Amino acid sequence: MIESIDTSLIDWSRAQFALTAMYHWLFVPLTLGLAVIMGLMETLYVKTGKEHWKHTAKFWMKLFGINFAVGVATGLILEFEFGTNWSNYSWFVGDIFGAPLAIEGILAFFMEATFIAVMFFGWNKVSKGFHLSSTWLTGLGATISAWWILVANSWMQYPVGMAFNPETVRNEMVDFLAVAFSPVAVAKFFHTVLSAWIVGAVFVVGVSCWYLLRNRQREFALRSIRVAAVVGLVASLITAWTGDISGVQIAKVQPMKLAAAEGLQDGGNGVSFTIIGDLKIPKMLSILATHDIDGYVPGINNLLEGGYTMPDGSTALSAQEKIERGQKAIAALDAFRKAQKAGDKEGAAVARRTLDEHVKYFGYGYIKDPAHLVPNVGLTFWAFRIMVGLGGYFILFFIIVLTITYKKKLSNMKWIQLVALWTIPLAYIAGQAGWVVAEVGRQPWAIQDMLPVSAAISKLEAGSVQLTFFIFLVLFTILLIAEVGIMLKAIQKGPEEEKVA
Amino acid sequence: MDNSLLTRIWIFYRDGFREMTLGRTLWAIILIKLFIMFFILKLFFFPSFLSGKNTEEKQQYVGEELIERANP
Repeated sequence: MIESIDTSLIDWSRAQFALTAMYHWLFVPLTLGLAVIMGLMETLYVKTGKEHWKHTAKFWMKLFGINFAVGVATGLILEFEFGTNWSNYSWFVGDIFGAPLAIEGILAFFMEATFIAVMFFGWNKVSKGFHLSSTWLTGLGATISAWWILVANSWMQYPVGMAFNPETVRNEMVDFLAVAFSPVAVAKFFHTVLSAWIVGAVFVVGVSCWYLLRNRQREFALRSIRVAAVVGLVASLITAWTGDISGVQIAKVQPMKLAAAEGLQDGGNGVSFTIIGDLKIPKMLSILATHDIDGYVPGINNLLEGGYTMPDGSTALSAQEKIERGQKAIAALDAFRKAQKAGDKEGAAVARRTLDEHVKYFGYGYIKDPAHLVPNVGLTFWAFRIMVGLGGYFILFFIIVLTITYKKKLSNMKWIQLVALWTIPLAYIAGQAGWVVAEVGRQPWAIQDMLPVSAAISKLEAGSVQLTFFIFLVLFTILLIAEVGIMLKAIQKGPEEEKVA
Repeated sequence: MDNSLLTRIWIFYRDGFREMTLGRTLWAIILIKLFIMFFILKLFFFPSFLSGKNTEEKQQYVGEELIERANP
């Protein structure tokens, strides 16, 4: 990856942010996914009173604890980077970004910290019901935490509920509910969290199959697989559904991302969906993007040239027209600030009106060439196919695992046990590919249409960003090795139940 | 909150920490990681770029940056 990127400040800062976010996302999905599975297992223990469910839940809790301990706070580094590398962005977004992150930090973190202690220390010390509630509340805390982070990310993809104040040069929140419950945030939350459940389910099925392969803890493994495969199948189906909702939203609010994900140069009505190469499904992209078999989907060239009719009936502007409007907005900001400094109230009012008229295109004023509005098509295209392809595979995988498990044949079928084991890395790859589509596909924007990365970044030496990039690479790799090492040791040791038996 | 409840909570946490096995290693990882993050990375490598400026200076600085960067 390093060889193929420009060593400029922007590219190194983006690479550093991507590295941190991608490593962070190795830990988060397993936390979210295991939380649900161990919650269900403990619920079965409380409902049935069978001790083996308690041992099963406790074992997965131990792995949850390892993953949680190694991964906790790695996301804070992203906040360090905002303050250092992305200072213009941090100031420009004002309280819109700060509010969700503050809520996340205070509410969710303390919720997790409180109930995780009861979950680990409370066996035989608090009532079964209180312990079970604490287990579910630990997972709920982590999920609420994810909600606010995803709200902040969604606002960058679809900025709503704010007004730009030229006096403070900040966006100010005018509608909290619009930010917290924007349709993009809601769809992103369910799509992302449910995909994390898939990771948890694949992990549990895969590790359990390792025990079957080793002919160890067979009953424990089969019990775990029954619960995890149901979670995995339900999560896979809902993830596909929320992915469909996201597709329609992206077509509306980030059409360039959709065009890049499809590698669609020239759009039209009734556009086919490319699987790979010349293998296409007729009309499918129109159906996915508009839920209409003959719906219009603009391609990259259409988006740059404009002139097509948009869903609201208006005519799309060309990239050049948007750039000119953005330049007017920035010139108006300059005029406003100068007029204010000179005490020219009338001049400031005129500039303010011009700014308000064109502020929607503010970020386009920094774009020097319309071609810069096109993200990396190859990377977005292939990441999208990996994500969708693996999403389909997981549905099939869980159906097969469930069928074989309930026919009581799984413990004798080595091939599916091996497939399950090797599906674990695929679940992580699918999640990472999803983030590549979401983040690479929206370039060059730090905030969609409002601020490109070139304006969002701090004036730093590229060398200092390179240095911290490699520090993070080393630090996170050590953490990952620690996690994998401790996790493998715990898996090797196995659940307490089988030791007693 | 009465004293007996506080005492019970204290004993709950104290015993929980005392009885940890794998948890000790995990806490060591958490503490080392937090130390590296806050006392090395944050202090030496990630100072806030706009620190040292008051609110008006920040507005002025970012305002100028956003206007200048749009110029060809």
